[in-house]
Amino acid sequence: MSDAANTQRTLDREGLRGWGFVAPALLWTLAFFVLPFVVMGAMSLATLEGRTLVWGLSPANYAELAEKAYLWRGILVSLEITLTVTVVSVLLAYPLAWIIAFRVPARWQRLALLLAILPFWTSYVVRSYAWLLVLAREGVVNRTLMGLGIIAEPLTLANTRLATVTGFVHFFVMLLTLTIFANLIQLSPNYRRAAMDLGANAFQTFRHVILPLTLPGIVTGAFLTFVLCIGDYVTPQILGGNTELTVPQIIMVQLGRRADFPLASALAIVLMGIVTLAYLASARWLRLDRL
Amino acid sequence: MNDFKFFPKEPTKAANPREIRMTRLPSLLLATTALTLATQASAQEELNALVWCDHTDPALIEPFEKAHDVKVNLREYEGTGAALALLEQSRPGDWDVLVIDGIDVFRAVEAGILAELPADELPTADFFPEVVMAENNGADGKTYAVTEKFGYNTISYNAAKVDPADMESLSTVWGEKYNGRISIYDYYLPVMGLAALADGIETAKIGEGDLETIGSTLSTMRSRAVSVAGVVAAQTALATGEVDIVVGGGEWLTAVLAAEQPDLTWTIPKEGAVRWTQSIGVLETSEKKDLATEFVKYIVSPEGQSRLATSSCFWGMPANAKAGEMLTDDQKKVLRWDDQPDYLARTQLYPAPSSDLDIEMQDLWLETLQQ
Repeated sequence: MSDAANTQRTLDREGLRGWGFVAPALLWTLAFFVLPFVVMGAMSLATLEGRTLVWGLSPANYAELAEKAYLWRGILVSLEITLTVTVVSVLLAYPLAWIIAFRVPARWQRLALLLAILPFWTSYVVRSYAWLLVLAREGVVNRTLMGLGIIAEPLTLANTRLATVTGFVHFFVMLLTLTIFANLIQLSPNYRRAAMDLGANAFQTFRHVILPLTLPGIVTGAFLTFVLCIGDYVTPQILGGNTELTVPQIIMVQLGRRADFPLASALAIVLMGIVTLAYLASARWLRLDRL
Repeated sequence: MNDFKFFPKEPTKAANPREIRMTRLPSLLLATTALTLATQASAQEELNALVWCDHTDPALIEPFEKAHDVKVNLREYEGTGAALALLEQSRPGDWDVLVIDGIDVFRAVEAGILAELPADELPTADFFPEVVMAENNGADGKTYAVTEKFGYNTISYNAAKVDPADMESLSTVWGEKYNGRISIYDYYLPVMGLAALADGIETAKIGEGDLETIGSTLSTMRSRAVSVAGVVAAQTALATGEVDIVVGGGEWLTAVLAAEQPDLTWTIPKEGAVRWTQSIGVLETSEKKDLATEFVKYIVSPEGQSRLATSSCFWGMPANAKAGEMLTDDQKKVLRWDDQPDYLARTQLYPAPSSDLDIEMQDLWLETLQQ
């Protein structure tokens, strides 16, 4: 048998083995992402006539997005909240990750990280309700501010967008701290030393060396924050007080009484479209291998 | 050669582990099968019920389980649409009992998912007449469900923080005086029903032409409110002093808090209020219809009704008036038992819109929330 044939057989065997390794993940993705996505896409083109589901290829549900102002407003509210949460979380998480990576002695870093992610250990729903009580008219924040004489009347903090953003930020700062810390800790101190040797001050070193090198960690964390935040129902429902509705809340209303799965599916597809755009915008910096 | 005596004897067949497994396999299988059959024979029968949270109180369910040596599996749901979708995705026979919003029984009947109930075995003669609602619970002369509980979507408030006299008129409830001290219950049908009553429109006669008027009232109500809240959030808001009034609240909201915070109370204003009801029925595909019917009969019996009325999840009036004999004076006081004739006369069933009107009403509600 020739060497070429042997090489080909080896390659075929390697190829088969490769497929063997990939197959479980591939089947998992097909079964739990591709198939549901196709069903959801098909459902978004169906219609609800009276209370009967009619399958078809109708764009009616997407047309409703243009016709009904509250649907558009829902998309805008979702985007505004998500972008605010993402920016605020990054601004808070970066210094925290920096302090843990470079200011906390190595032997205390594990403990510092543990403390940073401690709130993850409590239930998401319980944490949201806890924030509701903290921000209430007679809650800790208002009592403290009134006790200090800063305000005379309690502020309306609960059931507002501020409350929703606060609840989200509390959660996502932890997530972002982890991704940014993982990135920071990999940076060789030689980068900083080299920049300093070349005459850069601390700010210039950060601006031109550290920040660009930690962008993958920031963008990965920010993207995860964006995806999880824009699709979240619990936090805006508990903390926002329905004073404005996000897309997931509108989806739940469609399902709750009328079981309007076609319109709910169309809204879910729109959400996926927004997430896809966010991915495309950040793909350049999404470097999971750097984490 | 001496070593020979230390050699083991020639291995027997059974010494081969593989053969041990093979020879014991049939007996193992036999034993397992026998055990399985024995377990099945002695296993409790199970009943699967799709319910509202008030049915999950062990004090309600356990007496039935003991009496019938049955395990009742309960699954809570919110929203008729969610329940119908769940049933559609289940296999026939998965569910035996359904608790459903009284105004939505017709949807379940239209979908053909409810079995006929033996009307002559149900104690509806003992019910408060206004909540028997035979036309809602049946079709073509057949009974498919029976009312089990009712109450009111009206005005809950903190008597220590607001003037009770102001709560006697809907116009003052959401007037300027209480700006920022109101929460609205997060369900469009009863709240729009209340808005309709404030505008002098009967809930049963709400039509597309009334939506502009109702929408205007809703907007006013919304502008005064700090939140639109579900059951737990509304209770929390009232209990913590976040708000002093819940529009759309009622005994179901404040009764469980009555012992700890007696200032939290409710009233039915002069314009009236809307009445909610919940019904219970047996599913057509149930393979245990007799047992499921027994469960329904237990729930509407005076014993079941008194336990359901005071469920740990939420309180509400029992449909069966004879439950009064099983309730304590304190419980009846919280439920306002003696006021029921007056309340029933002054309240209307909350809107039960057609499919098209339902879409319009839901859209109007969502538009109001997004303002």
